[in-house]
Amino acid sequence: MKYYCIRFSILVFLIFFAAAPASIAQEATNTTMAVDTLAQAPPDVTPVMAKNVTVRDNPDDGGGSIRIDWDLSVDDHEGGKITAYRVLRSEAGTDDYVVVGDAPAGKSEFVDNAVTDGIEYLYKVAAINELKRNGEVIWSVMSDSDPIGPVKSSAQWFNMQRINVFVGTVFVCLAIFFFIQKAKSGQDLYIRKIAGLESVDEAVGRATEMGRKILFVPGINDMDNVQTIAGVAILGRVAQLAAEYETQIEVPVSRSLVMITAKEIVKESYSKAGRPDAFNEDQVHYITDDQFGYAAAIDGIIVRDKPATIFYMGAFFAESLIMAETGNSIGAIQIAGTGQPSQLPFFVASCDYTLIGEELFAASAYLSREPRLLGSIKGQDVAKAAILISIIIGVILETFSIYQFSNFFRVIGE
Amino acid sequence: MRREIPMIITAVVGFVFLIQYFIPHYPFSQLNNWFSDWFSIIGACAIWLGALNLMKISFDKVYRKGRDWGYSIVIIVSFILIVVIGFTGGESFRDFGTKFDWLYQWIYTPLSATMFALLAFFVASASYRAFRARNLEATLLLIAAFFVMIGRVPVGDAIAGIIHLPEVIYPSKVASWIMNYINGAGQRAIMIGIALGIVSTSLRIILGIERAHLGGE
Repeated sequence: MKYYCIRFSILVFLIFFAAAPASIAQEATNTTMAVDTLAQAPPDVTPVMAKNVTVRDNPDDGGGSIRIDWDLSVDDHEGGKITAYRVLRSEAGTDDYVVVGDAPAGKSEFVDNAVTDGIEYLYKVAAINELKRNGEVIWSVMSDSDPIGPVKSSAQWFNMQRINVFVGTVFVCLAIFFFIQKAKSGQDLYIRKIAGLESVDEAVGRATEMGRKILFVPGINDMDNVQTIAGVAILGRVAQLAAEYETQIEVPVSRSLVMITAKEIVKESYSKAGRPDAFNEDQVHYITDDQFGYAAAIDGIIVRDKPATIFYMGAFFAESLIMAETGNSIGAIQIAGTGQPSQLPFFVASCDYTLIGEELFAASAYLSREPRLLGSIKGQDVAKAAILISIIIGVILETFSIYQFSNFFRVIGE
Repeated sequence: MRREIPMIITAVVGFVFLIQYFIPHYPFSQLNNWFSDWFSIIGACAIWLGALNLMKISFDKVYRKGRDWGYSIVIIVSFILIVVIGFTGGESFRDFGTKFDWLYQWIYTPLSATMFALLAFFVASASYRAFRARNLEATLLLIAAFFVMIGRVPVGDAIAGIIHLPEVIYPSKVASWIMNYINGAGQRAIMIGIALGIVSTSLRIILGIERAHLGGE
């Protein structure tokens, strides 16, 4: 058997090497035939070459790319002699130009993303005029520019196109830092009343009076979403109140990592309320990652268990109304909060209280009344005021055709 | 240390995520992808915790004959069925015509579509409540909703043409104006607030001021 296998392997080896040169020869024949079939180009079809070719390292990138610009050829117009521009590259010191790619007629730039940082290159831009029929080139003529370069690519340490975002981020961070420091110094900061958060105690109390459970739904996104983090931060406060009032709280989740986090939070809250023994691991349980499977399970819990209070805090999508309307149908008091603008109208229509966008993110600070957290909310308000003023200035200037101010807020290269 | 280590990891990752947006140079250009890959790996491993939790609770319910324990049997059977068929289907278990594909096409998809279809009925009941003209704001909402709804269907403009309304107040034009200017402005205001809220919350988490998600104040 072993002998037979060896013989068979040798046979396969020989057949492969016998066939390989034949296939290579076939390819070569095909290429030659393709060249032979190119027809002679008619006279006066050679285009004028592109002018003022410039090459430079592509700015604001991580390296590995060079940008080539040129002025359009005089033949580049409707019905003109240009069909495309072909960019050719060679390493400096050699004359081995390779085709990097084509830019269609009318375009005057090309970015070569296949270069190695630190190596010097020369470029040529060829204006091409070619006739194709059924995808096959019938004839082709081109006129090259002179070699341009040398140029080498490198990575940058700062993306200047994002300088406006950087300035904005620094401003917002400074405003937040300033008010955090102010709050730490003991200064009293005014935060307006948020009805949805004021009613948390009332909602938990209602569940206690009715002897029914509280349902907390932390959305369908994972812990990498800030909305989920904001949602589970509110869970801590709700769970603590539930533990103090000896009311059952159930947290069905759609992500495993959210389950682990929520379990820790609820457990900690029960400990803070002085009732660690009342905590049951199964209060926080996983259902499914699937959006509508999760919605179906929540609807089932709502219809079967009829919770007195339902919280929806986190990121929600199409399932928001399915759950909130089911909760509404059983007469539960419902408090929702999300940063999804498209879902807010559904929650407003179906729930008793809705935390609109930023109120969800302020909830943790609002409920804990911790000065440093409140300070960050105040800093956020200052940033909002700055944005409002910028919008007003931008609208006035744009009305008078002054665009420089609003252009500063445009992020390029997204 | 149970809280300090997650806080340090969060601070480091958060800070790196922040600065990599402004620095295109290696290795910063790759850090976003690396951290995202790590999160996916951790999330994929953690899914077993969720699955085991689901099975534990379902088996407990069946064992104790808890309320509605029949549903738990459906969960257990469905879970085992899909896992076994998925694992025994080889690398091409999701290809067209496989048993897994059959379950997906003829059980999972119709069930999801059914849940999604419920939305139409819930939109109707929610709209009925929201658009009742109880006060000035609700009346304005009702009027706006009327124009948007009638402006989104061809019959709106057809009726306007029959009664010779000026073209500028055709329902489609009024609907577009409401959506682009009134609704657009409101949405943007909310989105600016959300964006600032995200920046503020992220900064609190990175600096370790916000600890509620770790079980602290």
